[in-house]
Amino acid sequence: MSTINNEKNLPEGSKEIRCIVCPTGCLVHVENVNGELIIEGHSCKRGEEYAREEFVAPKRILTTTMRVENGFLPLIPVRSDKAIPKERLKETLKLIAKTKLKAPIKMGDILLEKVLGLEINIIASRDLIEVR
Amino acid sequence: MKKYEVDVVVIGGGSAGLAAAIVVKKADLNVLIIERDKELGGITLQCIHNGFGLHEFEEELTGPEYVQKFINEARDLNIPYLLDTMVIEFTPNKTVYAVNNKEGLIEINANAIILAMGCRERTRGAINIPGFRPSGIFTAGQAQRFVNIEGYLPGRTFVILGSGDIGMIMARRLTWEGCEVKAVVEIQPYVSGLIRNQVQCLEDYGIPLITGYTITKIHGKDRIKGVTISKVDHNFDRIIGSDKFFECDTLLLSVGLIPENELTRESGAEISQMGGPVVDNNLETTIDGVFACGNVLQVHDLVDLVTAEAKRAGLNATEYIKERYGKEIGKKLRIKCEAGENVNYIKPDLINKTDLLNDIIFTFRVKVPERRILIQIRDNKNKVIYKKKRRYVIPSEMIELKLNLNKLNIDSDSTNLVVEVIPRPEVLIEKD
Repeated sequence: MSTINNEKNLPEGSKEIRCIVCPTGCLVHVENVNGELIIEGHSCKRGEEYAREEFVAPKRILTTTMRVENGFLPLIPVRSDKAIPKERLKETLKLIAKTKLKAPIKMGDILLEKVLGLEINIIASRDLIEVR
Repeated sequence: MKKYEVDVVVIGGGSAGLAAAIVVKKADLNVLIIERDKELGGITLQCIHNGFGLHEFEEELTGPEYVQKFINEARDLNIPYLLDTMVIEFTPNKTVYAVNNKEGLIEINANAIILAMGCRERTRGAINIPGFRPSGIFTAGQAQRFVNIEGYLPGRTFVILGSGDIGMIMARRLTWEGCEVKAVVEIQPYVSGLIRNQVQCLEDYGIPLITGYTITKIHGKDRIKGVTISKVDHNFDRIIGSDKFFECDTLLLSVGLIPENELTRESGAEISQMGGPVVDNNLETTIDGVFACGNVLQVHDLVDLVTAEAKRAGLNATEYIKERYGKEIGKKLRIKCEAGENVNYIKPDLINKTDLLNDIIFTFRVKVPERRILIQIRDNKNKVIYKKKRRYVIPSEMIELKLNLNKLNIDSDSTNLVVEVIPRPEVLIEKD
């Protein structure tokens, strides 16, 4: 068990978090007790850090596809270049669904810049050639 | 008939074929890749999620990014390839016959062949679900191709059978595309994919994972209308009275992968029980000069591991051409590797006695999850030559051991090895 003090904007309450750091899959209990974070049930340091981040600000890399008008394929796979706060994934997906691109596209090309006012770009996951 | 003469022909232009061909080309040999799809890249192209490349590039990439790096390298090395081309036969003297709609029938004469055809999915037929045969039943990888490459949604409300990684990843993917996934149903009492996927693909979206259940009836005649799931006992027999109905318009099956070895089988190469060809420690099949790598040999957890294996196949094919091709070699003295307790299969199947001074890479899977175990290798005289403690083993995680059998003092007259995963004797149980 460990405690962490002086966190800003800690979520209230408690959460059971299944650790994904290794196949053991410890069930970690994280609780905010009067501004103090109590973490227990983990069996390693990495697990503790994972559980803490999952409780305070869970984030995910978003991987999806975007429509392409004149490409070799009708879609291009894309991803966010940084992890997106979990609660904003849906908004980002909606934004991506509205966008239509034009081929040719190169892997790493920025397709949407600074989505949702965050320092996060949506980039191409592959090359896509143009077809007429 | 159009004819090609090359040193090495690689059948399959996916992650395995590309990595193998690159190694061969870098050794200044002529190589040709044959790919049946309309572009290079294989199945990795449709795995648009991230989690690849940590071993190979030390960064986390999506499937398309990972394989694009190899496609680029193959292009920079000017490796020739044929697209939309289907191999229909290869012979033990290394002639490959293929067809495409530009050149018709093609004959390729090579000095070595690398098999890199990948694997395919088990279908409804393989698991015998009763009911009508309505539309709306897909394998998970097929649905993945529709959604990620072709741009079609196969349905709106889903039930997924099987908790393999592709099934769970598709559950999240479909949720993101606005579909509803009612449940992921798993016949085993445990999830068969990675915990990471269970958490990030199912729990994140509140998708129920129902273990110990299977589908016992498919409802609907023209289009699937729903499924009945039932609890099963330890023999996987249906427990009467445990039925639950789920309404859905689409069923995805994520019930396992089979190495795709029709060509291999017809060539006369020996096939092992798990579906992949029998290979020695050089990944050479029982046909001289024919090598196998990637999912056609054994289904891997991760494309990074496919790449590593394919590079070995490429290297060994190169060595074969430079050192052994055309030479008369006597019958090889070999040690046979067998799967013992709680081991599903072991690769390689054979170890050449002439290679005992080299490190041998063993790969295998367990049959059932187990904690606090001992991995042990015994020779045919029951002498334990290797043992290693492990905290946890699960079927979804391939285990790799790199061992030097000479250093392990294997008897030179050994004929068999048994690899087994056994509970630790009491004295060995300690905190690890």
